[in-house]
Amino acid sequence: MNNILVITSIVLKELVRRKDAYVLLIITVLLTLLSGSVNFFGDLRTVRYMKEICLLLVWISSVVIAVTMTARQLHAERESRTLFSLLSKPVSRNELILGKFFGCWLACGVALLAFYGFFVLTAVSRGDGWRLAEHFQAFWLHWVMLGIIVAMVLCGSLVFTAPSSNATISIVIIVGILMLGRHLGKLALHMNGPTQAVALVVYYAMPHLEFYDLRDLIVHDWPLVKWGIIGFVTLYGAAYTAVFLGLACFLFRRKPLNA
Amino acid sequence: MNTSPPIEIRNLSVIYPSAGRGLPPKTAVAGLNLEIRPGEIFGLLGPNGAGKTTTMNVLLGFTAATLGDATIFGRAAREPQARQNLGYLPELTYYYKFLTAEELLRYYARIFKIPKAQRELRVDAVLKLVDLEHARKRLIKTYSKGMQQRIGLAQALINDPGLLVLDEPTSGLDPVGRMQVREIINRLKDEGKTVLFSSHELGEVETVCDRVAILHEGRLRVMGAVEELIREHHCSLEQLFLRVIGYQPKLKTA
Repeated sequence: MNNILVITSIVLKELVRRKDAYVLLIITVLLTLLSGSVNFFGDLRTVRYMKEICLLLVWISSVVIAVTMTARQLHAERESRTLFSLLSKPVSRNELILGKFFGCWLACGVALLAFYGFFVLTAVSRGDGWRLAEHFQAFWLHWVMLGIIVAMVLCGSLVFTAPSSNATISIVIIVGILMLGRHLGKLALHMNGPTQAVALVVYYAMPHLEFYDLRDLIVHDWPLVKWGIIGFVTLYGAAYTAVFLGLACFLFRRKPLNA
Repeated sequence: MNTSPPIEIRNLSVIYPSAGRGLPPKTAVAGLNLEIRPGEIFGLLGPNGAGKTTTMNVLLGFTAATLGDATIFGRAAREPQARQNLGYLPELTYYYKFLTAEELLRYYARIFKIPKAQRELRVDAVLKLVDLEHARKRLIKTYSKGMQQRIGLAQALINDPGLLVLDEPTSGLDPVGRMQVREIINRLKDEGKTVLFSSHELGEVETVCDRVAILHEGRLRVMGAVEELIREHHCSLEQLFLRVIGYQPKLKTA
């Protein structure tokens, strides 16, 4: 546990000291503030559209941050050869993977807090209520989803040599799941034979990231989701995260490293 | 008290799978038997591709042995805890550029679970040993090659290890740098540390090492005390090395 915490702290320190991570954060926060503060002629529908755009930007930025930050972790350690110095210490490969995961996931959490924090402050300044519970639910599930994504991209680091390939393929998969994956079950019903079987296997095997999208709850002022459902979806996300991390640990343990 | 030898290698073979269709598997190390005694400086020599780095990779847990085993102070080399009493200086020394020297050493000290009170003392001690106290708060990315090599040595010593594995420790250093590294190695020997040393600088090996092993094409060809080998073969270490690997000097044309 000690080694995992130590590696996590170094991942966080690197992200704080890397300037490029701030750029996306600042751009998104500015856009969040701008979009969330628009109120054309007091038209509530326009305010809702702006909130929707704003949250969409938060989602895009958070996924880009999670994917790009995670995709470079193991590759950078390998290329800079710091991996060999680290693994020559009493650190297991599993601890390295878990340390990287928690570091990236915590960093995503900090970025998300900033995004949602600014969004809530802007909404409150426009007369919306605090709606802390609703915002917390949206933030929490968003963060759980980013945990699945970070674990998936870490696993991808051990399959794809280049971080750019890993990042590109991960983003394609994530967008595919969010936009098309939810409809795959219905599409499968209209298919026949092996195609239907493959579609159903993919539908049930893939992590349903759309479960974590509570933007409509905030934009359209829907009531709170039951906490039991939030708990179940959190466990669902934790299970997928564990599967991806388990696979990453398995692949990394078998990988020969040549110093 | 642990009486196991610092390094024991028994019948070690490392065979890499075929690199492509029609190509045979590559045997990097074949049937290596080696024991390094406590307190000695042991040189691992050989031309490029001889199996030195592969042997070190197995000792450090980077690569699995195909056959045989390797232990460090009695523990299987693949176990992370085997490296608790080990310090490693890689050939190419690159460290986290966003960290300062003292932050890097503190990071590794935490990995070794050195208590906080002792941690700062260890960091101060190794920085003083490698003469980097003046640059401790500078980012490592601002360091020269020589300074990076010295911070490499510092991180290898942070846990006050009983065994040091040094891969080409003087590579890329100027004569002053090489002398400083040799002095540090001799000081470590006086403290009773065991050092496994891989180097192409045979003159240096002859000066520093107690025993050497020469590998060629994955096999151990010669092993023994440096002085005994020189006396037995009536030649320098370099000449013995060239003879063992079968190097034939090209004839001069008229």
